[in-house]
Amino acid sequence: MSSDAMAVPNVQVDGRPWVETLHEWLTTVDHKRLGILYIVYALFFLVVGGIEAAVLRIQLMRPENDFVSPQVFNRMFTMHGTTMIFFVAMPVLFGFANYLVPLMIGARDMAFPRLNAFSFWLTALGGILLYFSFLGGNGLYGAGTAPDVGWWAYAPLTARAFSPGHSSDYWTIALLVSGFGSIGTAINIIATILCMRCPGMTLNRMPLLAWLNMTMSGMVLIALTPLSAAQIMLLIDRYLGGHFFDTQAGGSAVMWMHFFWIFGHPEVYILIIPCFAFMSEIVPVFSRKPIFGYPVMVGATVCIAFVSMSVWAHHMFTVGMNSYVNSFFTISSMVVGIPTGIKIFNWIGTMWGGRIQFKTPMLFCIGFLFQFLIAGLTGIMLAAAPFDWQLSLSYFVVAHFHYVIVGGILFALFGAFYYWYPKITGRMMSETLGKWHFWLFVIGFHMTFDVMHFPGLLGMPRRIYTYQPDRGWGTMNLIITIGAFIQGIAILVFVWNLIVSYWKGARAGNDPWDAWTLEWSVSSPPPVYNFASIPVVESRRPLWDLKHPEDPDSLYE
Amino acid sequence: MRHKAKSITLSALHIFAFWFLSQAAASALAANPSTNIFDPQSTPARSIFDLSIFVLSITAVIFVVVFTLIVYSIVKFGSNAADAGREPAQVYGSTQIELAWTIIPILIVVVLFLATARTIHAVQDAPEPATALDVVAIGHQFWWEFRYPKLGIVTANELHIPVSDPAHPTPTFLKLFSADTDHSFWIPELAGKTDLIPNHPNHMWMDPHRTGVFLGQCAQYCGTQHALMLLRVSVDSPEDFAAWARSQQQPAVQDEKVSAGKRVFETTACINCHAIAGTVADGRFGPDLTHLMSRQTIASGAAQNTTEKLRLWIQNPDAIKPGSLMPAMKLSDADLDALVSYLETLR
Repeated sequence: MSSDAMAVPNVQVDGRPWVETLHEWLTTVDHKRLGILYIVYALFFLVVGGIEAAVLRIQLMRPENDFVSPQVFNRMFTMHGTTMIFFVAMPVLFGFANYLVPLMIGARDMAFPRLNAFSFWLTALGGILLYFSFLGGNGLYGAGTAPDVGWWAYAPLTARAFSPGHSSDYWTIALLVSGFGSIGTAINIIATILCMRCPGMTLNRMPLLAWLNMTMSGMVLIALTPLSAAQIMLLIDRYLGGHFFDTQAGGSAVMWMHFFWIFGHPEVYILIIPCFAFMSEIVPVFSRKPIFGYPVMVGATVCIAFVSMSVWAHHMFTVGMNSYVNSFFTISSMVVGIPTGIKIFNWIGTMWGGRIQFKTPMLFCIGFLFQFLIAGLTGIMLAAAPFDWQLSLSYFVVAHFHYVIVGGILFALFGAFYYWYPKITGRMMSETLGKWHFWLFVIGFHMTFDVMHFPGLLGMPRRIYTYQPDRGWGTMNLIITIGAFIQGIAILVFVWNLIVSYWKGARAGNDPWDAWTLEWSVSSPPPVYNFASIPVVESRRPLWDLKHPEDPDSLYE
Repeated sequence: MRHKAKSITLSALHIFAFWFLSQAAASALAANPSTNIFDPQSTPARSIFDLSIFVLSITAVIFVVVFTLIVYSIVKFGSNAADAGREPAQVYGSTQIELAWTIIPILIVVVLFLATARTIHAVQDAPEPATALDVVAIGHQFWWEFRYPKLGIVTANELHIPVSDPAHPTPTFLKLFSADTDHSFWIPELAGKTDLIPNHPNHMWMDPHRTGVFLGQCAQYCGTQHALMLLRVSVDSPEDFAAWARSQQQPAVQDEKVSAGKRVFETTACINCHAIAGTVADGRFGPDLTHLMSRQTIASGAAQNTTEKLRLWIQNPDAIKPGSLMPAMKLSDADLDALVSYLETLR
């Protein structure tokens, strides 16, 4: 699939044996190649996670369906959630950060190239371990294959009494290993941005993408640590007789929830902030205006990072915390909506008065704006603790977070693919296929996730493999499933576009979008070590200054 | 000003559409007990409903305003052929505008928070009146145990509580425990959900304003059969509830005609998990069967309580609820006939 398209350029041209090329890719410490490896790896797991979602949707398309057993269904939703968060969203975003950050700040590579490779291979190993559970999860117990504890793996379901065999161990170790990989990459991104900027690129002149990825990396350092600690504690519980989460020996199930969500909620922002970064690069270029309110955008991002560290227990409103704690997490969760709203307003401000070009990357960004608005507003509903007592753990929540992750994160990511593909491969992606992809995906997305709110309002809990015909959820679930398949078709169009454009796409040239940041000043794909001579910048839009010497940005900043 | 009026009209439309959809869905379900969160039948559910409508209204107004702004900027500022090659005015930002769209959301958040905090306090910190009924609910994989400590009743899966007249409230206060993994108690029309967590006792309350059967189910993933851990609440008139309580307080019916079935029950593994008051059976891993026939359903609501379903449940539980912890008993036909005859006397 696309791996060949992007990963093995110019084999024939060079006339080298494929083993040599493979060896080069496996041992590379080049930030661009590692970025591509991350992205291809994530695309592969996107397809795997998508197939798992399809199994879930076929099972739920009508009441009392018997497409899969409850055991298989429970494994599928556990694997779908774990895969999509840890082995699709995280690596694809790290991949783009790896590829783009050095190019955009005028550096020749990341600060620690070997750490970079080590981090990628840890993440890769994590995904392999997770999926090896299909073979190894049985252990000596014959107790079931892949993990079936949900992607939060709430205690005490993970205790040996309820999860015999090794399926939970594979889940734990996969997350632990890939978590170390994430921490390595986060350290690398921070070090690169702080130490490797080209002359003239002060913090105040960095592209927003660099700012936002640095913020995200700081959050990774804070949020991944408790998750890794909890995984180690769980392993101690399971194999060394610990009782952290073992409720039958006085352990605390609630403590696991705190550990998980103090990772889990910042994680949402870890995923969305790089997507805000894509938005902040793509929207200005296709509106033909600089980003509106650059310092406010930076401030809002840092503000989100801080506030999002204190909102985690809004996932736990039904756990039985007292009214003061519930009130605190209500207001902290609502407050995080303020800087997020400011960002939406600033993107609108950027489009306002511009000359918007509706190319495929921009279409996906516009889709993001609408959908992220709705996702934010349903988030406000969930932040109101009493409303959450009804909505929590229901399909309304499933609809809400898919609105964030698919309607927000995935849309921005598609925008990023169409925008930077020419830089990465030297070829344009097909606009026709891109528009097909966009419209099919918009239709499928809204059929699935708009409708999904309603079974939740009518009392349908999440994570159920079957439901009674008399509950009235059947028709809605059928529409949801049809929408999911339309999204699947759209993804196939996208993958086809990735592959075909690699050979058939128009030549991109250095700067196909008439853009303003440094990556567009070098050839496509960029040469090894990026810059023959290190650039010097005088404003946030160095290429604007170059193209408009009579009216450079440096006069106004 | 006109623009604002239009927004308000649109948002009213939006709320109406939302209300209409949920009502339409509710009426589609009218024949059966519904699980619609917008059809509250008790005080806590009503408080939540009122807050929900308030939050929905505010978010609807925000939605309409921002949606309009996005659509307007797309339509108004799309590029056309005449613009080719020309760049628009380069605007870098505006402090006044940034301040406006920071301060207005802060005010909205303050309002939303105050309304929410009030509801949190009203529902969570409501004092328990002396007239309240105490019930202990214990979550098991994958069924519900209900105990009425003051009445000496133990039952399963179908909770009976009295209707509560607002003038003379008789609310039900539940203490929530779990015997194994996490569960969550959710009857959408009576109250929001509260989790049942091992080593972490919780409580909740409800005061149904009308009689009838209310449905719900376990909302927190608890293992293989989370989906069929269904929940029924029968809200009875005070007289019906008193009569039900009296009959539940009786020991099990002793009927000589079914002594063969009783012997099967008492000499097989049944008694390891099930209790029948007044017999040697005192297992606590499964539901108490003393008054099995007073319940509408078996297997935590997964099947109707009929002779055929009872036989199937004993011989092959996986046919009804795959992954349930009830083992297949593999009885001979004669033993099964006798056992089911016996169970059917347990009124």
